[in-house]
Amino acid sequence: MDALAAPVSAVHAKRRMPLLLAALVLIGAAAAPLYLHQTPLNLLGQFLALGILAVGLDLIWGYAGILSLGQGVFFGIGGYLMAMYLKMQGLQPGQLPNFMTWSGVTSLPLIWHPFESFPLTLILVLTVPALLAYLFAALVFRSRIRGVYFAIITQALAVAVSTLFVNQQQFTGGSSGLTGFKTILGYSFYARATQTAFYEVTVAVLAAVFALAWYLTRSHFGVLLRAVRDGENRLRFLGYNPTVYKAFVFGLAGLCAGLAGALYVPQNGIIAPGMLGMVPSIEMVIWVAVGGRGTIIGALVGTLVVSYAKYYLSSAYPDFWLFLIGTLFIVVVLFFPRGLMGLAELAGRAVRRATS
Amino acid sequence: MKVNRRGFIKGALATGATVLGPTLVGRTPEALAGGTTVKVGILHSLSGTMAISEIPVKNAELMAIEEINAAGGVMGRRIEPVVVDGASDWPTFAQKARELISRDRVATVFGCWTSASRKAVKPVFEQYNNLLWYPVQYEGNECSQNIIYTGACPNQQIEPAVTWLLKNKGKKFFLVGSDYVFPRTANAIIKGQLKAMGGTLVGEEYAPLGHMEFATIVNKIRQSGADVVFSTINGDSNVAFYKQYASAGLTPEKVPILAVSVAEVEVQGIGPQYCKGHYASWNYFETTETPTNPKFVAEFKKRYGHAQVTDDPIEHGYLNVYLWKLAAEKARSFQPMKVRAVVGTVGFDAPQGKVHVDPANQNLYQVARVGEITDSGMFREVWKSDGPVKPQPYSPYISNMMCDWARGGLVKR
Amino acid sequence: MDAAAAVSQLFTGLSMASILLMMALGLAVIFGLMGVINMAHGELMTMGAYVAYLCQLLFAHFVPGQTGWSYLLALPLSFVVSGLLGWAIEVALVRHLYGRPLETLLATWGLSLILQQSFRTIFGSNNVFVSTPEILTGGVALGASVQLPYVRLFILGLAALSLGGVFLFLYRTRNGLMIRSVMQNRPMAASCGINTRRIDALTFAFGSGLAGLAGCALSLIGSVGPTTGQNYIVDSFMVVVLGGVGQLLGTVVGALTIGEAHALIEYFTSSSAAKVAVFTMIILFLQARPAGLFPSVGRVLD
Repeated sequence: MDALAAPVSAVHAKRRMPLLLAALVLIGAAAAPLYLHQTPLNLLGQFLALGILAVGLDLIWGYAGILSLGQGVFFGIGGYLMAMYLKMQGLQPGQLPNFMTWSGVTSLPLIWHPFESFPLTLILVLTVPALLAYLFAALVFRSRIRGVYFAIITQALAVAVSTLFVNQQQFTGGSSGLTGFKTILGYSFYARATQTAFYEVTVAVLAAVFALAWYLTRSHFGVLLRAVRDGENRLRFLGYNPTVYKAFVFGLAGLCAGLAGALYVPQNGIIAPGMLGMVPSIEMVIWVAVGGRGTIIGALVGTLVVSYAKYYLSSAYPDFWLFLIGTLFIVVVLFFPRGLMGLAELAGRAVRRATS
Repeated sequence: MKVNRRGFIKGALATGATVLGPTLVGRTPEALAGGTTVKVGILHSLSGTMAISEIPVKNAELMAIEEINAAGGVMGRRIEPVVVDGASDWPTFAQKARELISRDRVATVFGCWTSASRKAVKPVFEQYNNLLWYPVQYEGNECSQNIIYTGACPNQQIEPAVTWLLKNKGKKFFLVGSDYVFPRTANAIIKGQLKAMGGTLVGEEYAPLGHMEFATIVNKIRQSGADVVFSTINGDSNVAFYKQYASAGLTPEKVPILAVSVAEVEVQGIGPQYCKGHYASWNYFETTETPTNPKFVAEFKKRYGHAQVTDDPIEHGYLNVYLWKLAAEKARSFQPMKVRAVVGTVGFDAPQGKVHVDPANQNLYQVARVGEITDSGMFREVWKSDGPVKPQPYSPYISNMMCDWARGGLVKR
Repeated sequence: MDAAAAVSQLFTGLSMASILLMMALGLAVIFGLMGVINMAHGELMTMGAYVAYLCQLLFAHFVPGQTGWSYLLALPLSFVVSGLLGWAIEVALVRHLYGRPLETLLATWGLSLILQQSFRTIFGSNNVFVSTPEILTGGVALGASVQLPYVRLFILGLAALSLGGVFLFLYRTRNGLMIRSVMQNRPMAASCGINTRRIDALTFAFGSGLAGLAGCALSLIGSVGPTTGQNYIVDSFMVVVLGGVGQLLGTVVGALTIGEAHALIEYFTSSSAAKVAVFTMIILFLQARPAGLFPSVGRVLD
């Protein structure tokens, strides 16, 4: 509510500090190939790709109050679109991806044809997840489903879509998903230069998405989103149609998720239906919760911290890392409802008080 | 820890990277020559749905490593296992494989269970030219220099089992499986074989992994008039399948099930009362009578509890470590490709009997067996092949290819 | 589809519905009262299944030869153990997140991870088996090609009993009256002197106990392992959402609809296809009836 009451310019001034911080982080991230070996660079690239998704998720959850437990679906679709292109690379004319041969498919299915072309793949990556997300949201929000109900419906979507992808083995590679990529645009897929390029593109896209989100949340549109979160019906009485804004922002989050998937796949080397399912989708929400919702930058920080914690703990303590991760989630939700960003703000305030 | 200093300072300057920088910087490669230990990776699911199957295999691999270390190690070096969790998630498997090879600098990796996890890590092993020892029966259709496949090929498990069923149990087959690549490929092979050998297919059904409601599938089996059910159901679902099969009044006398993914560990989880009298095909049973098996079984139970049973993938996990040791000693090197070069020249007296790797396709020569499940949840062997069967990863029933590294890898038969 | 097949499929649907109902009952009661989705519900169910296993071990140890009776002890005990666990969860966790249902969802998810790993640590990673009491093996044969398994009939009966129990508890006891009053209007109930905190804890424990009972029943037909609960959790959410909140009838009809639809579609297609079709139908149905089949009357605006 306070955000609504405060003039937009005041919000600007208060939030300049995090903006500076974000710029520093992005510069540091862009320079990472100079000081990181390939494996950690590759890992960081994956985490940053996930960060793109988290920024979108923060827009819908942190600002508009829409909790989606199905972001994995749009992430996965983006990932599959890119993976289909990568799978088509390096095939002789008339040759089929190997899993199709095992499934008894003899000619390339129609839906695979566009992926012979890179520009077409790019267009699809930019449109399909966003459009699907928009249509789904428009349909569901039209009947005024929200809150926990919406969360559960998106969960059903995640389960249904991942089951479908597993089942349609001849088109999707089944539960193994798509992997074994060799080249992209004629370059060797795993070469350091290629992987560095993937990384830099990821950083650039992240910066763009971040800037867009930053701008949007500080515009009139951002105020409307917060109004949707804090009092949807009041907004309705004021003559706005919240459904339009909600569907739009959900589509935007779908775009972010799709982009994230398309950038994640080349760096991880695989996409599988498991990534569309319920468990990763919940984890994505937890990144935002840990970082602090409604701050954009928190989403990114949370993604990096949780992904790295999971990566590190599962190797260091393979037998009880689940205890640690589970405890982390509970502690954050219970004691730090505003996440790491809230914590940082408290610390900042304490420092200022001590120095003044 | 040697870190590129200038790079490190740059990293420290970037605010966000300060946190991640030092920990993400790769460790200095630990030279494979020199030192008193040699690191190997253990990559299995320790959490998630596959943990049930994979944890015992991990235990067997660790047991082999401890035995070898107790006997003086490999070429005077102690084996140091690096255990990581694949978490039943294929991208995680790929990530962990990359981490084991590039960060921990392991000499080789033992691991994976599902075909999906193997396919996820295959590009990683090929990229770094490292070696994976894969312990589980699989559908074939793969030819990689960087994987030693010791689980059964189709012609060491599925095909002989179908032949045995046709000869002893009837002609009408009902195929059920989990919905993923192994069951679908296995069933394609079986259908080809049935056509060639005069059997008939009366039904084919798939259930998602983790599915618990088999009443409809059981109804379909009942109404199909099948003589036998060939099951490629994997994991948890087996429990539900066998319980619901039994409660619907279908007995092994009327319609026996032959499974290729149900071993002693799964039988313990299902309960012997529900699956006694049904069959499974493997290369090893806990009851297999060889000179080395009693010691292996006793040692495993001593370490992991009396209730623990051994089974085929556990045995393969165990023998993989020994095969690697023998090959490394023969090659006088831990370099993965030098080990690979001599892998076909060493043999091991495994709990299942004498085995050796076929250098042509890097699969194992081994005996095929069919066993009947007994009251105690063990298997009673009812058939075995005459001597070790030459592995054939590309089944002639569905493919005209073959894997032969003497001819450069994947070639036309 | 001939008559025999139709009968067996209808029965299969009914039996699926009974399982769904047992799982969803507890969830529905908790959701109806507190508006929270408990992601650890599946693990409370797993707990119940492990109780059945533990009872079996106890009997095998102390009264060998009488293991068939262990299940009779397991039924009430699974309710009690899961109920106590649920009570502890409410007091330690859920209570502190009152009014933040989405956060509760995340915290209980963290809890479910912890519980899964605890099961793995305590009971081992392998599936354990619960043997069916002798009396429940076999079934009623209808003609040559239909058999109604006793186990299924037993679960059907147990589901009906649970439903009856929940009804009696909610509509015929003083605590039930208080629960319903809190459900209808929390502040008003509080100002009438009802201790809403106690009611919340009681309801959560009761719902968790029902999950434990469901787990005990499921141990007869499904697997018992650390991740067992995960296999059922989404389905039970669907029942609650489809049925609508705050009405037992909704949960019953929701379970029946999903069970029968799944069984019929699966018969003609495959189980994957049935799952996708049923979920899609639920999503589409909610477009027409956003609050489920039996929405609770009343309108709350913010």
